[in-house]
Amino acid sequence: MASSGELLPAALKNHRRERLLLAMIIVLLAVAGLSALIGRYPTPGLISWDQLTTDELAGRLVMNLRLPRLLTAILLGMALSAAGTVFQLIFSNPLVEPGFLGVSQGAAFGAALSIVFLGGSAIVTQSAAAFFALAGLGFSYLLARRLRYGGWVLRLVLAGIAVSALFSAGLGLLKYMADPLRQLPEITFWLLGGLASITWGRLLTVLPVVLSGLLVIFLYRWRLNLLALNEQTAFSLGAAPGRERWLLIFAAVLPTAALIALTGMVGWVGLIMPHIARRLFGAEARFGLPAAMLLGGLFTLLCDDLARTLLAGEIPLGILTSLIGALIFLALMMFQKAKTQQ
Amino acid sequence: MNAAMLSFQNVSFGYERNRPILQGVSFDLRPGRITAILGPNGVGKTTLLYLALGWLSAWNGDIHIDGHPLRSYSRLERGRWLALVPQSEHTPFDYTVLEYVLMGRAPHLPPLGMPTSADYAAALLALEQVGVDALAEHPVPQMSSGERQLVLLARAIAQSPRLLLLDEPTAHLDLRNKSRLIQIMRDLRAQGITLLMTNHEPEVVLALADDVLLLEQGGAPQFGPLEQVFTAESLSRIYRLPIRLVDVDGHRQVLWT
Repeated sequence: MASSGELLPAALKNHRRERLLLAMIIVLLAVAGLSALIGRYPTPGLISWDQLTTDELAGRLVMNLRLPRLLTAILLGMALSAAGTVFQLIFSNPLVEPGFLGVSQGAAFGAALSIVFLGGSAIVTQSAAAFFALAGLGFSYLLARRLRYGGWVLRLVLAGIAVSALFSAGLGLLKYMADPLRQLPEITFWLLGGLASITWGRLLTVLPVVLSGLLVIFLYRWRLNLLALNEQTAFSLGAAPGRERWLLIFAAVLPTAALIALTGMVGWVGLIMPHIARRLFGAEARFGLPAAMLLGGLFTLLCDDLARTLLAGEIPLGILTSLIGALIFLALMMFQKAKTQQ
Repeated sequence: MNAAMLSFQNVSFGYERNRPILQGVSFDLRPGRITAILGPNGVGKTTLLYLALGWLSAWNGDIHIDGHPLRSYSRLERGRWLALVPQSEHTPFDYTVLEYVLMGRAPHLPPLGMPTSADYAAALLALEQVGVDALAEHPVPQMSSGERQLVLLARAIAQSPRLLLLDEPTAHLDLRNKSRLIQIMRDLRAQGITLLMTNHEPEVVLALADDVLLLEQGGAPQFGPLEQVFTAESLSRIYRLPIRLVDVDGHRQVLWT
């Protein structure tokens, strides 16, 4: 039998990873607390405790605007990063992001459709975006089943590309038809993403879907590794690769679709965070998944803090996540190259 | 009489309708023996392993594990009885060898369970048995294909199966590792595990196999003890090459050029 001495390195490593995760939770909570206090009311900077207790408007501002907004930012970052981790693992491809199965383009098409033809009220736009995001996934699935080319992964990727292209053609048409003074700017702003319109009410409409999807993925965090292997191998280890993959795809896409319907396009989070998490915690999703979720929540929250405090007007969140995310990505890639060249 | 560990009765299968690859395959693998499947490329050797695994379903015929129909086993039961060592496997992610081998414990865990320290112990023991314990913290994608093949074997051993299916386990190994693998497979047999492997290398088959299953393009499969089935005539026939068996210093060798 292996002695306990041999077990020690692995156990120590897991222990260290658990401690690092705990530290990340504490940092996230601390940043969330600060984010509730930071802003441009009454003056740019932090609200002091005095103001919070004496100024009734400040109290309501924090409770009714900043809290739902920062919670949404955290959940959005977590959902995108969890979905990114799941997709990258089950497609065995470190470059896929959660929206690629027609989900992002579907949501964009739905939102534009609502703005041009359905009046564009917040709740209608949200519903249309969510509906078409899921329709995008549904079409990709049905198309993949009918394609007679390549293996499971290739078929689904091709179907996702084709469905995304169809929706983006539709989006182009809607932009072309939109009233250039009223509707076109609205579509553009939606596509750039942002959390300015978040209220408790709107957050609560998506919360059940988001939390249940994230819970399923979190419980699957170790088993996810099996689904990253060959189908035959996963099967030989007692998994049902087909069924379990679809369960996880739905658990990943539902929260993503629900949240981007609410917030618009927020890019790069789902692609980058799983990478950073893997660098810190290794490929094993038992730690990599929660790490990606915490990092994604923290990253999106910080970007949204910048979005609402940097300028007097709001900067669209999607611009910041893409800009900062892409810079981090480039830095990672250059660092990785230097490492392998040694 | 003990039930056969794996039994095929008149099994046939093909990937396209009216185009059978395997036809009328019948054999009984007795527990604790090593069987080699031999035959030319494309004759259905790997397919036969996938049928035994339950990954593919036979057109007709019966497959039994330990006297019970393969279909009557649940997914987890099947995972505890049978393990697969694929020919190769690729992952773009930097799993360490230990993390990879731990996945072999999956069928022994409760639903959505995580590996416990007992599973870590089993994984480390398997690494030791295969002789790659020094590489435990090494990333799998950065290993040579030979080392990776040993890791795949370690994962299957960590699964502690009764029947081990191996798809060309010696394909990527150098001579030293090949002789090490032969010794590991003998040890596994001594532990009572039944092994079924596809193999193209006559010296490995001669060193290891108790029984041989010969698959021939368009001909009837032949199954029996090594001495009866592994003959110059049958090898010459299935490979369509003049093949001779000669004894060198008491070791049987296959000559084919």
